[in-house]
Amino acid sequence: MTQSPTLSRRSSSSAPSQPRKSRQRGADARAGYTFLLPWLLGFIALTVGPMISSLYLSFTNYNLFEPPKWIGLDNYTTLFQDERFLQSVGVTVSYVVFGTPLKLAAALAVAMLLNSKRRGQGFYRSAFYAPSLIGASVSIAIVWKAMFGDAGPVDQGLSFFGINLGGWVGNPAMTMPMFILLTVWQFGAPMVIFLAGLKQIPADLYEAASMDGAGPVRKFLNITWPMLSPVIFFNLLMETIHAFQIFASAYIISNGEGGPAGSTLFYTLYLYLRGFSDFRMGYASAMAWLLVIVVGIITLIFFKTSKSWVHYSGDAK
Amino acid sequence: MTSTATPTQSLPDAELAHYNPKSESAGTKRVKSTVFHLVALALTAVVLYPGLWMIASAFKPNSEIGGSNTSLWSNNFSFDNFVTAMDGIGGVSTLQFFTNSLILAIGAVVGTILSASVSAYAFARIKFPGRSIFFGMMIATLLLPFHVVIIPQYIVFQQLGLVDTYVPLLIGKFLAADAFFVFLMVQFMRNLPAELDEAARIDGAGHVRIFTSIMLPLMKPALISTSIFSFIWSWNDFLGPLLYLNTPDKYPLPLALRLFVDQTQSSDYGAMIAMSVLALLPVLIFFLVFQRYIVEGVSTQGLKG
Repeated sequence: MTQSPTLSRRSSSSAPSQPRKSRQRGADARAGYTFLLPWLLGFIALTVGPMISSLYLSFTNYNLFEPPKWIGLDNYTTLFQDERFLQSVGVTVSYVVFGTPLKLAAALAVAMLLNSKRRGQGFYRSAFYAPSLIGASVSIAIVWKAMFGDAGPVDQGLSFFGINLGGWVGNPAMTMPMFILLTVWQFGAPMVIFLAGLKQIPADLYEAASMDGAGPVRKFLNITWPMLSPVIFFNLLMETIHAFQIFASAYIISNGEGGPAGSTLFYTLYLYLRGFSDFRMGYASAMAWLLVIVVGIITLIFFKTSKSWVHYSGDAK
Repeated sequence: MTSTATPTQSLPDAELAHYNPKSESAGTKRVKSTVFHLVALALTAVVLYPGLWMIASAFKPNSEIGGSNTSLWSNNFSFDNFVTAMDGIGGVSTLQFFTNSLILAIGAVVGTILSASVSAYAFARIKFPGRSIFFGMMIATLLLPFHVVIIPQYIVFQQLGLVDTYVPLLIGKFLAADAFFVFLMVQFMRNLPAELDEAARIDGAGHVRIFTSIMLPLMKPALISTSIFSFIWSWNDFLGPLLYLNTPDKYPLPLALRLFVDQTQSSDYGAMIAMSVLALLPVLIFFLVFQRYIVEGVSTQGLKG
């Protein structure tokens, strides 16, 4: 179908170039939108449309059975008096703030350990990566719950060393460390990305630094960190955004309730409960939009502050 | 000159043999390498422990799973838990859950490959007005928390009578809703030489021909990574099926597992863990077979696990 313009262009090659070019451009535009159609349809029907309607719903009272009732900003003002909501914010923020940096620190440390031409590197890389592939699954959530159960293997193993933490799964003070361990355990995916970044750093930079008598700490601060900063930035942004959206593990480990004592009531779990158990869909939409705004602001802050510490290879610095 | 040349030449040689920096570094290298492997192996043991514990527990009798049993070994290994797990739950056999998961995962792979490759071709190879704006929007959806769309989507599918069918779970795959894969393919196609299309155009080929007979064959590595990851993501997906499926005989494995947890509640840990192992089995097999592709895919395209 797009063949005819190209064919005619060949046969009329002596014709002035202006109409030929514009005809080609028109054909390209048609072809472009035809090829883009699947994504474009999905983008409009599954992303933009729903975003607009959830924005509308967030200003209404809607339970799926009666028509939405406009209530203005009520959902938003109620949210900040809702103790369960505030608790879910606290739970999620502490998960993001402690889990993500720990996970990335582990990923970077192990990547630096593996960044050498030693035998077995490929094996270790694969072994460390494996948890990232399965970590968010229901199966692993079940295993985690069993392993960290009261008097489970982790508890027993620690008490062997004289450490008694009073259980994990049933102990509100220990559920967060348990979830943080679960995310740190999945350090493999960012590690593999770090490793690819480390391999791009020219070895002569380190050699020159050694000649100048720089130790490992100075080499890390003056070479590794700045050279790796674009990768660190990418991992930090993606891991932070993902951390906000933890769901399956939280649902399974807490039996879909966020217990004990609300200590595992992650934001998305509370959103799900409000929207799909209580059918308070306007309220849940307000929660969803707050999440979008917060994630948007965080992304913006990341990009704004990145100018001071992320160095791209093309930079003058 | 020649007589003295020999000793002066051999002297540094002898000294070199004594202070050979190469032989000294070979010694420290060996120590360093041993330390490296000790640390890396210890870490491997820690990282793999949960997986090994899961597999070992699946073969253990219930009495040995909880409590003071940290050891992976048992004298009573048996397949009993797997036999119980295969019976399924809620009157549905585990084989049915497997079939359901497989249908969803294959549907996801087919849909994603078709829609993402076509859309990526438009972004990477065709010049049309609005392209860069749409591309920016596509990138923005990568960062968008998808919870903002699930409520209206649910309402629409509910009104269309499509709840408790696979349509809501698959339609997004056929509409390139996983922007990550579109992005991956765009990046891949941009690295293919532009001369290919130009030559084909001069020969009179249109975009359909260029796409099907030039781009697609060259895109094999990107198509394989996309297939692997969309299969695994669909296989592990929990929220989608949880929202849309109500009848157990349509459940994929993750939902079946939840049902199992709800109904047995610690009374039969062994069978529960055996079923968890079964549910992960295809992912583990995929990983063992395609680990190169998977790990390379992550390192070059920044794919998530």
